[in-house]
Amino acid sequence: MRSATAPARAAAEPEPRGLFATIGSAAITLTVEIGAAGVLFWRGLLALRQLPRSMPLTFEQMRRIGVESLPLVIITSVFTGAVTAVQAAYQLREYVPDIYIGTAIYKSVTIELGPVLTALVVGGRVSASIAAELGTMRVTEQVDAMRAMAIDPIRFLAMPRIVGALIMLPVLTVFADALAMGGGFVISNASLGITPATFIEGVKMFFFAGDVFGGLIKAFVFGGIIALMGCTAGLRASGGAVGVGQAATRAVVASCVLVLVSDYVLATLLFKIIFG
Amino acid sequence: MDERPVIEIRDLWKSFGGNQVLRGVELTVADGETLVVLGPSGCGKSVLLKHVIGLLRPDRGSIVVEGRDITRMSLPQLDAIRKRFGMVFQGAALFDSMTVGENVGLPLREHRRITGPELDRLVEKNLALVGLEGIADLRPAEISGGMKKRVALARAIALEPDVILYDEPTTGLDPVMAEQINELIRTTQRKLTASSIVVTHDLHSACFTGDRVALMDEGKIAFVGTTDELMTTDNEAVRNFIARGRSGAPVYGRDDSASALDSYT
Repeated sequence: MRSATAPARAAAEPEPRGLFATIGSAAITLTVEIGAAGVLFWRGLLALRQLPRSMPLTFEQMRRIGVESLPLVIITSVFTGAVTAVQAAYQLREYVPDIYIGTAIYKSVTIELGPVLTALVVGGRVSASIAAELGTMRVTEQVDAMRAMAIDPIRFLAMPRIVGALIMLPVLTVFADALAMGGGFVISNASLGITPATFIEGVKMFFFAGDVFGGLIKAFVFGGIIALMGCTAGLRASGGAVGVGQAATRAVVASCVLVLVSDYVLATLLFKIIFG
Repeated sequence: MDERPVIEIRDLWKSFGGNQVLRGVELTVADGETLVVLGPSGCGKSVLLKHVIGLLRPDRGSIVVEGRDITRMSLPQLDAIRKRFGMVFQGAALFDSMTVGENVGLPLREHRRITGPELDRLVEKNLALVGLEGIADLRPAEISGGMKKRVALARAIALEPDVILYDEPTTGLDPVMAEQINELIRTTQRKLTASSIVVTHDLHSACFTGDRVALMDEGKIAFVGTTDELMTTDNEAVRNFIARGRSGAPVYGRDDSASALDSYT
C-alpha cells in the first residue's frame, strides 16, 4: 500500500524550490503586485471626482484605520521613545554632553522612527485587514454583485480606504512623535538622570520644522502605500479561504517592503534636496 | 407576451487559459419571458450569465440588449444597462458588513439618491415582496440560506429592473425552501413583468419557473424549447441529462470548473 501511494504522493507534491528560484518567484510576485497597484492607483485618482459622495464611507475608514490603530501606536511609540533614550545615553554619553541626548531623541523620532515604525505597525494591521475584507468580498462574489449593481468597487471600496489612510497616517504619526518624545523624556528623567530643562533645551537647540514636516510627508506616502497594497491584494484574491490568506500575506509583505524602499527614496529627496 | 427579443446572444465564445468554456452560444430572451438555462455543473451556465451582465468579456461574439452590443460598451455605458438589470448570485453575495436593510437599500441610495424614511419605506416594501418583513436590522450572518436568497432577490428588484438574472437560485437549499424560491421567481416575474434568465441544474426548478428552457451542454446550447417540448424531445443531450438526473447520478459536465472559475473571475 505504502509503496503504491508513494509515487502518486511524490507526483502531487511540488518540488522544493532552490534559494534563487524562491527569491525570483517572490520578486516576480511583488513586481506584479506593484503593477496592479499602479493601475488601481490611477483608477482611484479618477474616482476622486466622486469623493464628496463617498465621504461617509471615508470617515468610517478614517475611524477604523486611525482611531482603532491608536492603542497599538501608543504602545509602540512610548516604548520606542524609551528605548531611544536608553540607547542614545548608552552610546553618546561618554562623548557628548547630556543636552545632546534630547536632540538625538527628537531628531531620530521625528525624522525616522515615528513615521516608519508607525507605518510598519499600522501597515501590518491595516493592509492585512483591508486585504482580508476585500479578498473575502471578492471570493464570495460580493465585488461582482457590486459591479452588477453598477457601483464601482474602486470608488465604493478602495478609494475611501486609500483616502482614509492618506489622512490618518500623518495624524497617527503626530501622536507617535509626541508619545515617543514623552517616553524618551520620562526615561531620561527617571532613569538616566537628565533633568527636564536639559532635555527640553537639547530639543529646542536643534529644532527644525522641516524635520517634522518631512516625517509627516513620509507618513502621508506610507499611508497611501499601505492602503493601496491592501486593496490591490484583496481585489485580486481568488481561490477561497486560502486565497484570502495569501492575499493578506502579500499585502503585508508588499506594504512593509515598499514602506522601507520609499523611506530611502523620500529621505534622499526630502532631507538632502528639499530641506537639505 | 411580446416576442421582440430583449437579449440576443450571438456566437459567444469564451476560454480561460486552455479551457474552452463557451463554444458559440446562440440564445434570445423575449420581452417578459422567463428563460431557464439548464445544464450540468461546469458546463458554462454561470459564465454565460456573467457575460450577460458584463462581468466577463467574451473572446468572440456579441450580446445585444435592445439593439446595442454590450460587449463593446465602455464602463459608463455598461453601467447604464446594468441599472436596468438585477442579479441574484448563487451564494446570495449579500454585503456582510451591512445590515439586510442596507443591502436592499444600497442600489436605491446609490442610483436614486433616496435616503431617510423614504428609503426605509422602500426597503420594507421590497422585503415584503419576498415575504421578509421586519428583518431590515439583521446582519446577513444572522439569517438562513433561504432568507439570504430572498434578500438577494429583494436587492435585485429594488430598482424595478427590466431583466432579472438568477444564478442557481435553489442550489444549497432544502426542498421546501427551494420550492418557495421557485414560487417567488414566478410571483416576481408576474408582479414586475420583467424578463428573466434562470441558470440552474435543477430540472424541477427549470420546469416550474421557465416559459422556455435552453439546455446547455459542453459550452453550447443543445436544445431550446418550452418545458413540454423539453420532456418529449428526442434530443440526445436532453435525454442524457434527464436520464442522469433520474438515475440519481451526479449531473456533472466533462470538467467541473466551478472551483476553477473562482480564480478566473
